[in-house]
This record gives sequence, C-alpha cells and structure tokens, in this order.
Amino acid sequence: MKRYLAALLSGLLFGLGLGVSEMVNPQKVLGFLDVSGSWDPSLMLVLGAGLFVTIVTFRPITRMAKPVFDVDFSLPTSTAIDIKLIGGAILFGIGWGLVGYCPGPAIASLAYGEIESGIFLGAMFIGLYADRLYRRPTTII
Amino acid sequence: MENFTPISAIIGGVLIGLSSTLFLWLNGRIAGISGIAGELDSLDRNEITWRLLFLSGLIGGVAIYRTAGGTLQDIEIVSSIPVLISAGLMTGLGTRMGNGCTSGHGICGLARLSPRSFVAVSIFLGIAVITFFLTRHGSGGL
Repeated sequence: MKRYLAALLSGLLFGLGLGVSEMVNPQKVLGFLDVSGSWDPSLMLVLGAGLFVTIVTFRPITRMAKPVFDVDFSLPTSTAIDIKLIGGAILFGIGWGLVGYCPGPAIASLAYGEIESGIFLGAMFIGLYADRLYRRPTTII
Repeated sequence: MENFTPISAIIGGVLIGLSSTLFLWLNGRIAGISGIAGELDSLDRNEITWRLLFLSGLIGGVAIYRTAGGTLQDIEIVSSIPVLISAGLMTGLGTRMGNGCTSGHGICGLARLSPRSFVAVSIFLGIAVITFFLTRHGSGGL
C-alpha cells in the first residue's frame, strides 16, 4: 500500500513539474530544438534543474541498504553501449524532433484531452509493446 | 529568445527532480516514463498497479496544474496525423530499444553517471535538433 502511494505521489510531482515547466506543450519543446531560429532554452533549464536535484540526492540514496518501502533497489545493470542503445536513441530522437513529444509529456498531456495527443499515444504504445511480437515473456511469477 | 521562461522551467525541473528522488528513495526505482509505461503487461499484479498509479499521477499532476490556473491553458500540436503516427511509433520503439527516454536516461541516468545514458541523451538530443532543422526550419511545419 505504501509503495502504491509513493508511486502515485511521485507521478503527481512529475506531472506538476511537466505542467509548470510547460513541457506538456510540444511547441515549447520544439522551441528548444529550434537552435537556429527563435531558440527557447527552457527545456535545457528543466533538464538542468532536475539533474541538479538528482545528482545531489541519488548518491546518498543508492548507498542505503534498501529503499524505504521495498526490499531492494531495482536499478539498471547493463553497461553495454551497443547497436540497440544507439539505434533506439536515433529512432527516439527522430520521433521527438518531428512532433515535440517524449513519453512523459505525451502521457501527461492526456489531461488536455486533445485528439492529437491520443493519436500519438496510441502509436507510441504500439511501439512500446512491439517487441512482444518476437520477445518471449521474461517474467513468470 | 522571447519565449524563454526560466523561472517556471527551473521550478518544473526541480519538481521532476524531486519526483525522481522520492521514487528512488521510497521504492528504489528509476522514474523513467518509457520503462514504467512499457511493462504494463506484467504478470505480477503489484507491478501493474504501481505502474498505473504512477502514470495516473502523471496525468493528475497536469490536471491539478490546470485546475489551479497554471499559465499554460492550452497545448498546441501542429503535426499532421501521419506524422503523429510515425513519430509515436518511433518514440515507442526507440525508447524501448534504448531502454529509456528523457526521464530515465536524462534526469536519472545522467545523475547515476551511467555511460549508456550519456551516449543515449547525446544522440537523441542531437538527432532531435537535426530532425527539427530538416523538417521544420523555414518550411513552417510538417
């Protein structure tokens, strides 16, 4: 139960952050990508301010024996810089540059009820789950 | 730079950083949206529940911001439907293949000094700028 509340609260804070910083608006994001035009550096500040917080807080947290509400940390362990990582980042970069949506803002923008967000989200979820076509289920509990 | 909103960008960024901090501290997990949204077909009901709650919070946070009278009262999406669909597909596929997006690799991975995240963020930011330049710049939109 506590873990559920923590997830909800974290999501709420994240959503508030996306709202306040206007990152839910693709035009705001595209303004950042437009480096040779009327550049809007806001996104860089959002990332920078977020990173400033996590760089300070993550180190002491990961040194704890375990998180507050769970038995262990679930952190990525892979270190391989492979074709999947690079190819994935390229694909995502193209998608991001075309519309101005990354996954967080795309989902959060459902709060605005625009049909265009719904179309983007539908396609994004198909993309997110496309690997199920060839990947066998990994977790059986 | 007439659209630059430094104050709200910093406040929003700090909120996102605090969200990631809270989630790691309490639940021991990375607040990476593509990762959270990409495993909703888990066979473990607990897994599905916290993921759905996080994502509901994400939408709820924006809804609260709007109801509280946030400055941004409307979003603007100018892309055509075929572009929305192909960009959505690439975003979903790409973030799954690369194991992360702006939040997981950006806010969390960079803070963990993960070399994979440094590579991913440099590539997707660079490619996004180039894509924008090639498709939008001077042509008014795609």
